[in-house]
Amino acid sequence: MVQPLNYLKESPSQTAGPYVHIGLAPAAAGFNIFERELGWDIAGPDAQGTRIRVEGVVYDGTGVPVKDVLIEAWQADANGIYPHVEDPRHADCARGFRGWGRVITDFDTGVWGFDTIKPGVVQGRNARPMAPHINLWIVARGINIGLNTRIYFDDEDNAADPVLNLVEQVHRRDTLIAHKTGPNTYRFDIRLQGEGETVFMDI
Amino acid sequence: MKPAEFYQRDRLWQPPALTPDYKTSVARSPRLAMLSLQSSMSEITGPTFDHSDIDAIDNDLIKNYAKTGDPVGERIIVHGRVLDENGRGVPNTLVEIWQANAGGRYRHKKDSYLAPIDPNFGGCGRTITDDQGYYSFRTVKPGAYPWRNWVNNWRPAHIHVSVFGTAFSQRLITQMYFEGDPLIAKCPIVQTIPDQRAIDQLIAPLDLNAAVPLDCLAYKFDIVLRGRRSTLFENRLEGN
Repeated sequence: MVQPLNYLKESPSQTAGPYVHIGLAPAAAGFNIFERELGWDIAGPDAQGTRIRVEGVVYDGTGVPVKDVLIEAWQADANGIYPHVEDPRHADCARGFRGWGRVITDFDTGVWGFDTIKPGVVQGRNARPMAPHINLWIVARGINIGLNTRIYFDDEDNAADPVLNLVEQVHRRDTLIAHKTGPNTYRFDIRLQGEGETVFMDI
Repeated sequence: MKPAEFYQRDRLWQPPALTPDYKTSVARSPRLAMLSLQSSMSEITGPTFDHSDIDAIDNDLIKNYAKTGDPVGERIIVHGRVLDENGRGVPNTLVEIWQANAGGRYRHKKDSYLAPIDPNFGGCGRTITDDQGYYSFRTVKPGAYPWRNWVNNWRPAHIHVSVFGTAFSQRLITQMYFEGDPLIAKCPIVQTIPDQRAIDQLIAPLDLNAAVPLDCLAYKFDIVLRGRRSTLFENRLEGN
């Protein structure tokens, strides 16, 4: 026998289920309980940068909108700074910039959307810059463990992005790119399965 | 820069995406391989919360929606620690819970189960761990309820738990079950987890030492988030 390593194991994930709104967005479940719901204001009123709106639909493998999905977003400010101590530049992050948001869909249409500012270029591994992107985490009934992906933007230079370039099938990189639909609006649909399946990441 | 990375997620311990006995997963599970990423700044950072985000009563589900009195049901405390895989407490992290009432009914406009809504029970709470990673909630024990999967499936009593940790790559939602519940072994959602030892990790034991005599019972539930490499030799490795 060898010595035991004694690491703990990560708790296994379980689906967020159909009633995730009760816990994470109770007003959408139909009642008011907390003074402040969390995650509705990603950027705050004062942060510099281009104000944008990103909208989309999550589709299941049969092409039907997933109407009970909950999505969380995590992003850097317009200068590519995360409001977190692990970012060496965090002290310079935009005032009031939270970087984190939580959205649900319209229960009738399945459309979700959030307002934020466009993130800047973020320093990647080995000093390679990463093109502006928003990190997403997606949970819903039927999703056993939260799915991670990223939103990039079609009006940015994504050619050298070290993460996009890891996607072996080049055409699949398009699944990570939001398309401009207006002066400051973007569309980002997510396909859980089937043709055009979004690239999900094991981070 | 090479940030100190998180241990890779053990995908043999975690439930896979496609679990046909849980029918909803069939059309909602990705079929192509995920892209494995080493940690960058986008993964090792994550949102932070503090006590200005919540109210003191938010972790007391017996009082936080009470209108005319306390909710019906078995009064319980749920307490434990948020830890990482290195066994260290995760301080100042947001823990959110939601659950059905004692009859197994959710306060949700999409829930039409015949068990009644409890006018004094909302069913959600939140708190922030202390500097050792401890948290606690007071609530009532949720009831089992039927759900549409096979024709006669019942969820074991459970509390949904959402935890952040310090990094976006630690984000986790899971469910807490109760010691001794015979429905656990029969639940297709529980059984999405392939390893019985991992299932056991989600079953909270009765903790009589934490019960309040003549008031409420207690269950202990520790939550483990992904651990991270030691920074002990980080400088040397980065200098490679």
